[in-house]
Parts: sequence; C-alpha cells; structure tokens
Amino acid sequence: MAVPEAISHESLIGALAAGLKPVKPLRSFALQAAVWLGAVAVMAGGLALFADLPAVAARLLAAPDMWLAATGSALTAALGAIAAFQLSLPDRKPWWALLPLPGLVLWLSASGLGCLRSVAEMGVYEEIFAESRACLVFILAMSIPLSAALIVLLRRGYSLHPNLMGLMAGIAAAGASVMLLNFVHPHDPSVIGIAVHGTGIALVAAFNRLTGGRGY
Amino acid sequence: MPDEGKLTRDMERDRQWSAWMAAAQTGDSQAYDRLLRGCLPFIAQVAYGQRVPADRVDDVVQDVLMTVHRARHTYDPARPFTAWLRVIAQRRAIDVLRRSGRQNSREVHAPLVFEMYADPGAQTAGGWEKSGVSAEIGKAIAGLSPGQREAVERLTLQGQSLDEAAKATGRSKGALKVNLHRALNALRGQLGNRE
Repeated sequence: MAVPEAISHESLIGALAAGLKPVKPLRSFALQAAVWLGAVAVMAGGLALFADLPAVAARLLAAPDMWLAATGSALTAALGAIAAFQLSLPDRKPWWALLPLPGLVLWLSASGLGCLRSVAEMGVYEEIFAESRACLVFILAMSIPLSAALIVLLRRGYSLHPNLMGLMAGIAAAGASVMLLNFVHPHDPSVIGIAVHGTGIALVAAFNRLTGGRGY
Repeated sequence: MPDEGKLTRDMERDRQWSAWMAAAQTGDSQAYDRLLRGCLPFIAQVAYGQRVPADRVDDVVQDVLMTVHRARHTYDPARPFTAWLRVIAQRRAIDVLRRSGRQNSREVHAPLVFEMYADPGAQTAGGWEKSGVSAEIGKAIAGLSPGQREAVERLTLQGQSLDEAAKATGRSKGALKVNLHRALNALRGQLGNRE
C-alpha cells in the first residue's frame, strides 16, 4: 500500500485560506445556556398549570430529603448545562466537568436519604413499582426534547472534549427531567429517579463514547 | 523581573492575531493566511513545551491548524487570541502524544530487523525443486540421488555443519563428505554440459 505523501504546512495553509468562507461568530455560551434553561422553565410552567401546586409543595416539604433532592436536581440541570456549553468551546479546560458536582452530590445524597426513608416506611416500594412505568414514560418524554434542544445548541460549538460535553448534557437533561417530574409525581421519585437517570446518563455517555461525541 | 520589552511585543502580537482572526471570520483570506503562518512557531513552541517528540511536532502543528479552521467561529475577538490558541495547541499535543503512545505500544520501528526477517513464504530448505528463482539448479539437484541431494541441501543450502548434518541424518561425517563431493561433481557436470 502506498504511503500518502505528507502535506507541507505551506500547502495546508494555502488550501485553508483559499477556501475560506465567512462564519457567524458563536453567541455567548451564557446566552445559550440561558435559552435552554429558559425552555426548561417554560416546560415547568406548563406543568405547573396542570399540577396541584399546594399538594406538590406539601409533599416536597414533608421531609428534608424531598426538597433537597428537588433542589439538587434543579442545580444539577443548571450547572450541567453551563458545563456542557463551556465544554462546547475549544479553549475550555476539562475541569469544567466538575461544575455540576455539587448539585449531583446534593441530588444523589438526598435521594439516598429518601431511599432509606422509604425502607423505613413499609409499603412505599409497592406503590413506587406500580407507578414505575408511568414515571419512566414521563422521564423519557421529558428527556428527549430537552436532550434534542441541547444537541441543537451544542452542535454550534466545537468541543475538544466531546465525551465530557456529552456526559454533561446527559446530566443536565437528567437533572431537568427529575426536577419536572416533581410536578406530577405523587410521591418520592428518588428510587426510580436514581435508577432511570443513572441508566440514562450511562446511555448518553456510551453513545458519545461510541460516536466520539460527534452526535453533538 | 519580567522582560517588559517581550511583554509589550507579546501583547502587540496578540492584538495583531486577534485582528487577523476577526478579519478571517468575515472571510478575509489574506489576513487568515498571515495569521496561520504567523502562528506556526508559536504552535511548535507549545508542542515542545508539552514534550512532544521532534518528529511529531509537525503533526501537532497541522492538527492545530485544522482545529483553528474548524473552530474559528467559536473565537470571541474580545478575548485574547494567544490564550485561545495555546489551549487548543496543548490539547492537540496531548492527543498526538496519546496517539503515538498507542502506536508505540503496538508497533516497533526497526527497519534493519525488518530487512533481516526471513520471508516465511520463501522456498529455501528442501524446496529447491519448487523454487522458481533458480529452476535450472533446482532441476539439477532434484536429479541427484537422495543421499547426495540431502548432503547438498544440508551442508550447502542450509549451512549446517558436518556434526549437525550427521546428527540430523544419522549418517557418518565421512559418508556425508563423500555424498557432497559426488553431488558437486555431478552438478558441475550437468550445469557445465548445459553451458
């Protein structure tokens, strides 16, 4: 097999400059993150219109782990989105992937507390498993448009860390979906949230790993 | 104490590069050409700083040029161009180091060993009859008696010593010597007559 001849720097620069086309500079990552979080807020508003808000508030305030988990998931969504948009720029360090960690720790640890509380309150598991299918459908229905919107926005950048960026996008979409689930879920979503979203995050990360992040 | 002159030059260079990149974003190919040419030493310097081997620095430079081209819309002219370029160059240097590390773990660059490596497909020992390289000699050897042919193959073609050949065939050294002597005479006669 013939070895391809190396291209000189001169030739490469000549070719790149000769085919140069004007480009539209990327909008600020903060603006893009705000657009996506705004879409999440709109979805939350839409769900709030149909939700029994006093009942939701009463349920969230019934135990500390409930509102802590809800706060954690919302924080994870916001920080995950910011991290994903930061990582969509080529000059950003991979350390941005640590940004959603505080929200994630809060979310998962509060959810863990919720699991312990559920074990103490016998009978809750039966209800949770009975409704798990409906929850899964809701989470997927929320995750798909949120992920699609993120993909559209992130594709405008040029990430040098596509796997990390994809992971951040998965975490952000997962956090947002669980946060929205609070509006319609009758009780603690912790167990299902952890299981389903853990799987979701793993799937998104695996997808990005397989495609080298080119899915974004 | 920092060299103020160098600092000023660096700042001036960064302003110039930022201006060229901003112009390139609008489609100014001359500014883009100047920018890319001007960046070459800087990219190489970053690559050396990342301990990229000298023979791989050109790979880094070209990877960075391609990345700058594909990511040029993400550059914000309000930010320093040099810092933007440095991060890209550092990342591409790491990519090249990883790539070459993977290659080195699987491949060995040893041209001399390659040249000396025996071709398993070559027909040598015991295969003169089938060899197309010297069909005439092969035919002559094939016409020898089994004992003579074995002596030629082992002592001449395979380069075995008398001891090795004697051990391998179970014959005495003297018998092998006689067989070789007769075989060479026979071959000389056959090949000489053909000439």
